[in-house]
Amino acid sequence: MRAHPIVAALRRHKVAVLLIVLQIALTLAIVANALFIIGQRVERMARPTGIDERDLIRILQQWPVAPTGNDAAAIEQLDALQRADLATLRSLPDVQNVAASTSIPLLYGYTAGAITLDANQKGLSVHAAYYYGDQYLRATLGLHLIAGRDFDASEIRHGRAEPGSPVIIVSQPVADALFPIGNALGKTVYQDGKPSTIVGIVERLQTPRRSDSSWAYNSVLEPLRADDAYAGYVVRARPGRERAAMREARTALFAVNPLRLMPEPSAGLHAFSEIRARAYRPDRGMALLMTVVCTILLCVTAAGIVGLTSFWVGQRYRQIGVRRALGARRLDILLYFQLENLLIAGGGVVGGTLLAFGLNAWLMTHYEMARLPLIYVATGALAMLALGQAAVLAPARRASHVSPVVATRSA
Amino acid sequence: MSLGEWMFGYYLELAARSLRRSPGLTALMMVSISFGVAASMTTYSVFRGLSGDPIPWKSSTLFMPQIDIWGPGNGFIDEPPDALDYADAMILMRQHRAARQSAIYPIGPSLFPANSGRNRSPIPLDGYAVSSEFFPMLDVPFHYGSGWRADDDASQTPVAVISEKLNQQVFAGGNSVGKVIDIDHRDYRIVGVMTDWNPQPRFFDVQGGYYSVDGPAVFLPFQTSVAVHMINTGWDGCRKGASDPQSNFVALLNSDCVWIAYMAELDDAAAVHSYRQYLDAYASDQQRAGRFHWPPNNRLRDVPAFLDHEQVVPRDTKVSLLVAQGLLIVCLVNTVGLLLAKFLRRSGEIAVRRALGASRAAIYAQFLTEAAVIGLGGGLLGLIFTAIGVLSIDQILPPSLAALARIDPSLLSLTLLMAIAATLLAGLYPTYRASRVQPAWQLKAS
Repeated sequence: MRAHPIVAALRRHKVAVLLIVLQIALTLAIVANALFIIGQRVERMARPTGIDERDLIRILQQWPVAPTGNDAAAIEQLDALQRADLATLRSLPDVQNVAASTSIPLLYGYTAGAITLDANQKGLSVHAAYYYGDQYLRATLGLHLIAGRDFDASEIRHGRAEPGSPVIIVSQPVADALFPIGNALGKTVYQDGKPSTIVGIVERLQTPRRSDSSWAYNSVLEPLRADDAYAGYVVRARPGRERAAMREARTALFAVNPLRLMPEPSAGLHAFSEIRARAYRPDRGMALLMTVVCTILLCVTAAGIVGLTSFWVGQRYRQIGVRRALGARRLDILLYFQLENLLIAGGGVVGGTLLAFGLNAWLMTHYEMARLPLIYVATGALAMLALGQAAVLAPARRASHVSPVVATRSA
Repeated sequence: MSLGEWMFGYYLELAARSLRRSPGLTALMMVSISFGVAASMTTYSVFRGLSGDPIPWKSSTLFMPQIDIWGPGNGFIDEPPDALDYADAMILMRQHRAARQSAIYPIGPSLFPANSGRNRSPIPLDGYAVSSEFFPMLDVPFHYGSGWRADDDASQTPVAVISEKLNQQVFAGGNSVGKVIDIDHRDYRIVGVMTDWNPQPRFFDVQGGYYSVDGPAVFLPFQTSVAVHMINTGWDGCRKGASDPQSNFVALLNSDCVWIAYMAELDDAAAVHSYRQYLDAYASDQQRAGRFHWPPNNRLRDVPAFLDHEQVVPRDTKVSLLVAQGLLIVCLVNTVGLLLAKFLRRSGEIAVRRALGASRAAIYAQFLTEAAVIGLGGGLLGLIFTAIGVLSIDQILPPSLAALARIDPSLLSLTLLMAIAATLLAGLYPTYRASRVQPAWQLKAS
């Protein structure tokens, strides 16, 4: 057994060895979980919305003293304001397309409901978010229509946002959930008991909700211009003209009617890139923080290994000299320390793996964390072993340069 | 100078000499401690800012009643809804069983400046509709005037309480009590101007509120706001299967959707007990009347319990704090190892001192002094890193949360204290080992 003298030597430094093992184990446990958090956040940030995000602008504004209630006069008044805005925006030189839209992916604010196959809302029910807008909404968002058609101008209603339009466009996951054999187009479904015919299917459209959920891509387009205290539009600028279109839109809107409020940050004119950045700011921040923590941890642990190994090398100066005098080559000394570190780091990795899953289990019960996949622990473990080997290299090289003459001197 | 002081000075000198002898190792330990402490303190400053009690002097006497008005299986969790519907909130207000109480909902009206020149556009307001007892109940501080009177609630008087910031904006900071402002084209008489009031989170909002950089700009009487159909700008929740009236205010008033935050002041255990009984009796009455088909299922949580129930502090904040504490522990283990190496390397020196008559206690004092010096160095370095961490926290958190992470004397002294205490703790075992060095054996060996 070649490892035997190493193990024997380690037994003489039980506490120091245990400390390094413990440090490597703790580091691995934290790094594996932190890497997992980073992975989750990066994955979430990379989710596609289904819309063509470039050159897309979102406008949300509040009408001061908007009429409340359901009376026709109020609705018509609000709708006239909104139609005037849409016409104004459409006439701008840097604007390619404009649509009324209550929401947009990643905005957080959303309305949702259940879509059923029968009017009594019994049986199969699919949860989905509703986007209210006009006939230009699908094209302005740049959604990929995979079946059916767009809304016709004659199908656009207006009023308070309520689900249950006679015709709807659904995202593919909604179509598939309701009609698993793929014949959703033209079928009638029910929203709050009101019948709607599916006239179009878009490939993908994320809900405005940011969080992960089983219905993150269950979206429905309702052909209805929502008349409310808040009015929302989406504007597609001509390619590369996003900033110019935003400037034009702001000036033009206030010129046509100065009585509008855009209280930031929820309302105002925003490029979709800003909306995306704001939506994922907490995720980006968490990933960044975990990266910083991992970097510090790995540096501290590496420095600790260098420090302790250097101490050992200093302590065993004479023994190393004796070994060299008895015929051990430099490489043997170097390998000795590398192998010793591999043993210690191996012990740390075993303990760390258990600790990592323990920490994950604790996070799962207290903070609704998902189960830690093995790949993160394996990656972390390999990183720890490599880190140990790299950290020990310098002290080990110094040890290998100890001259055999040392053996002949008294310590 | 007493002997004790003299000895301490001597140990300090020894420590300084020893640290200078191995500057690399010393720096490594100090940096390691400072990183661990700074990561802990930075995340702690965020956690402290977010989880602080918004009204510590009376949070345990302020309660949020929850009534199960939807019945089992009709809500979204097993708990009763965390807000009230209009009808029940009004009955609780009318029956007035607490010392003070208020129904509350968030509003977002517009203020139209009086001299509507060309450049005077309306100002969007962020505010709440509350009852007169809201102000004394939450100890809202006033710069001018006060809240309105109880009969203003009943008579739906158009009165308003505004923030100092809004007063500055509209009245250039003068005493505006008695002046009239135009809110949504209705005149409201100002009765009070608050001094900067922005408790975090806005615990009086539905679902435990949220964090906000600015405080509320305006408060209007609840009944007046309802009468003019001022829409609810906050959250509303509806029973499973019920349609959400959203901004249709009349429909919202008539629905059993919940959107009203309700706060009651109950000053002692007896009052809390009898209020619980009152809520249960109310629910029993509703059951007898045939409205509820289930037994009473109510909750009465005080502010800290309610904020905890609503999980107002983001989960990420807690996980970050936890991970940073893990980092500190690793840094400590690292320091234990390095101190052990450092102290035992000086076995010869220890043996000489012991042989010359130094007691074990003296060895303890010497090496713990050295550990404390390292801790102090790490702490000072940690102060810098903590300051950098807290100042750059806005790279990681949204502005409303980042604003709550503050550097103050207590954070700084805690940082220093933690670094020294942690290093002393880390130094205990290495010092113990140093004190066990056998003088005779060691001297002979060398």
